[in-house]
Amino acid sequence: MKKWHYPILASFLSLAVLAGCAQAPKSQSNAQAPASGGSNAAAPASGAITVYTALEDDQIKTYLESFKARYPDVKVNIVRDSTGIITAKLLAEKDNPQADVVWGTAATSLLVLEQQGVLEAYSPKGVERVSAEFKDSKEPASWVGIDAWETAVAVNTKELEKRNLPIPKTYEDLIKPEYKGLIVMPNPASSGTGLLTINGIMQLKGEQEGWVYLDKLHENMALYTHSGSKPAKMAASGEYPIGISFGYRSITEKKKGAPIEVVFPSEGSGWDVEANALMKKAEIKPEAKLFLDWAISDEAMKAYNQNFAIVSVKQESGTLPEGYAVDPIKQLIKLDLKKAAENRDNVLAEWEKRYATKSEPK
Amino acid sequence: MNAARQATGKTMQKWLISLVIVTLGVSVLLPLIQLFSRAFYDKSGQFIGLNNFVTYFSTPALSQSVTNTLYISSMTTVIAVTLAFLFAYALTRSGIRGKGAFRAIALLPLFAPTMMHGIALTYLFGNQGVVTTGVFGMLPFQWSIDLYGPVGIILAEIVYVFPQAYLILAVSLAFADYQLYEAADTLGAGNWRKFFTVTVPSIKYGIVSACFVCFTLSFTDFGAPKVVGGQFSVLATDVYKQVIGQQNMTMGATVGLLLIIPALAAFIVDRIVERKQHSAITAKSKPYRIKENRFRDFFFTLICLCVSGFLLLMMAAVVIASFIKVWPYNLEFGWQHYDFSGVAGEGMTPLWNSILVALLAAAIGTVVTFIAAYAIEKSQVWKGLRQTGYFLSILPLALPGLVIGLAYIFFFNNPDNPLHGLYGSIWILILANVIHFFAVGFITATSALKKLDPEFEQAAESMGISQIKVFWRVTVPVCTSAIIEMAVYFFINSMVTISAVVFLYAADFKLASVSIVNMDDAGDVAPAAAMSVLIVVLNIIARACAEWMAAHLKKRTTWSNQEKGQVA
Repeated sequence: MKKWHYPILASFLSLAVLAGCAQAPKSQSNAQAPASGGSNAAAPASGAITVYTALEDDQIKTYLESFKARYPDVKVNIVRDSTGIITAKLLAEKDNPQADVVWGTAATSLLVLEQQGVLEAYSPKGVERVSAEFKDSKEPASWVGIDAWETAVAVNTKELEKRNLPIPKTYEDLIKPEYKGLIVMPNPASSGTGLLTINGIMQLKGEQEGWVYLDKLHENMALYTHSGSKPAKMAASGEYPIGISFGYRSITEKKKGAPIEVVFPSEGSGWDVEANALMKKAEIKPEAKLFLDWAISDEAMKAYNQNFAIVSVKQESGTLPEGYAVDPIKQLIKLDLKKAAENRDNVLAEWEKRYATKSEPK
Repeated sequence: MNAARQATGKTMQKWLISLVIVTLGVSVLLPLIQLFSRAFYDKSGQFIGLNNFVTYFSTPALSQSVTNTLYISSMTTVIAVTLAFLFAYALTRSGIRGKGAFRAIALLPLFAPTMMHGIALTYLFGNQGVVTTGVFGMLPFQWSIDLYGPVGIILAEIVYVFPQAYLILAVSLAFADYQLYEAADTLGAGNWRKFFTVTVPSIKYGIVSACFVCFTLSFTDFGAPKVVGGQFSVLATDVYKQVIGQQNMTMGATVGLLLIIPALAAFIVDRIVERKQHSAITAKSKPYRIKENRFRDFFFTLICLCVSGFLLLMMAAVVIASFIKVWPYNLEFGWQHYDFSGVAGEGMTPLWNSILVALLAAAIGTVVTFIAAYAIEKSQVWKGLRQTGYFLSILPLALPGLVIGLAYIFFFNNPDNPLHGLYGSIWILILANVIHFFAVGFITATSALKKLDPEFEQAAESMGISQIKVFWRVTVPVCTSAIIEMAVYFFINSMVTISAVVFLYAADFKLASVSIVNMDDAGDVAPAAAMSVLIVVLNIIARACAEWMAAHLKKRTTWSNQEKGQVA
């Protein structure tokens, strides 16, 4: 007896590693893998969905509270990163999509995805309440917006005082030589905020003049960051006094007590819509649709409105989040999102060619 | 009876060796082959030869990284090895006080993820750093270095590689034949002459090996350039940019191939050096004697104070910054950065995940490396295969974490792979960590096993005791302190590593080190600092437990030895 069972025991020790590896993850991958069988359909609100989003980390938790209250048994796996990363991920996975739902990601990105045939058209419940300019014009809609976000410049008043510099109010101010090395902005390849700012400038100045302006801005730039939030946070800490960022982030940093003034450039702000979409895949989970229905529900909209002045479903109360001007819509430049989406690749390629060497490692 | 036992012993050895080779083949060799072949295909799977490399080197923004990285690594190596040499010399060959404390401080950076060194530098030398602003304007002078870029990266890398270089050099310096010095004295050689004709030749292999380790570590590090790199791009961040930022896997593989070159060179040199070093010390050698020399001790105390002071300052900066409410405008203390619920950390979960991965990697890694070392060191069969096994076991030394991570994406994310289920689970993180740190655990186990007199086995064999019994009753107990050392090594490294796991973690299973990178990306530097502090604290606790266990064990074994001695 003893003779043969010892060697087996010993080899089992090391085999156990492999065996354990092969077995244990099954339960986990079932929860994630798209092709885990149709048993989910029977019990609608109890599966797990993977949601890709470019929403801010500090927003996601509050937003999801009402979803969790409504569907306590649905597990939501959030994959969050900056817009460019999420877009690249979705494009790379297009033959074998991992996400079930895209939530709060730039419409210009979703338009690119739609073109690639990655999205499944689905009009969530209550889509008629969403204003026309915030959703796909087709029916059923490929994408439905939840809010708009826009360029804002976070300016550290203390640091500028130290240097005896006035607060820049316009795009033209930002290219003045006295601000050289004091400005940071997000890299448009990774950040949606970066891209929409550039789209806005292109719209304001036309393509040729736009690049001329960006060349000058590049002269003043200390560095390009990975995310749209980081410039505002760097301005807040005074690491670099001027951060080209977006409204929500700049205002939150100010609220937290940083010596910041939030400047909406007087020429107007570039903007984009944060939108949701359903991924096209062999088996579309019912929970994914439930999530999309919830994502434009009144509760969700109210939560978005805490942070964003402009949400896609008109709010009765009409109260603005702190820090915004009376009519935030007026601040937005007239912008054709479709055109912006079509130009996305070209703009990014040109930007990469001209300025990539100053970009922070992503 | 005996013959039969011997035969089963041999069968078991064959079993073990095959198992070791198959396991390592599947988890090291096959993924590597996948990765390298991928560098020669385009996105759609067409073979394109060297085109990827042509594209890489003809894109100025990318090829610039090669020169950048070489510059960073060379500077880091020169400075770190010089400092480490002085430090190690002070601790082994001078009569300074406080050696224990200096040694402990020198090893401190080992407990921290490399991002932490970058974060420390921002708080010290960033535009709002303590040093840059002259302690917030309290000092009459300010000192501004252009941190974001090569300066920051090199500083962070020096801190990162310093303990490694110190450890290697301290070992080399500890072994010396004092007879040579006595002979030199008799011949009337001066101090400098002795240094260049006796000291340097005796530690030259240590210096070579330290240089290579520093070079490869700083060549492939990802954490520090990510945090303080500014616009200065290096190969490691390029891989990340290509793979995560643009999902361009083939270009990632191409850069990965470039990353492995110095590591591979280092590996080969190290093997050659290893062979030569053995003959340096003989049984007749005398240990080094430290003579009294006030001036020398004063000089080395000064150096040790400077180096360890800087290391402590780095650590202190991060700890203090993690408690400050709004740096630099509200310097009140508070705990709020340790609440990770509103930042990319998503609460404490990543930390628990990291602890779980580190514990499992420590347990599995220790068992597997020990068995592998045992099978290869203590078997008498299949010499050729054992050498293959040995090679495969130390090969991970040559693999940067980023390369392991990339190779695992290609290998395990292939739906045709029967092990595809591992992908996206906790097990692939554990496997990546076990393989990443395999070689050191393996070498520790091998040297412990070598010390065990083969007569034990021979005696046991002639008495008809099975090999398994000897393994449990003799081998394992004798090697306990090595086993503890291996486990804590796996644990600490799994806690701090970012390079392999950054490509492999699943959406619902983020690790602490990954969350540090994410938080820094989002601009939440203070929470990133807080998370780093937690990792360091846990690692120090783990190390302290290991020391305590080892000390406890030593006491017990020496005590029982004494008792036996009395009986005898």
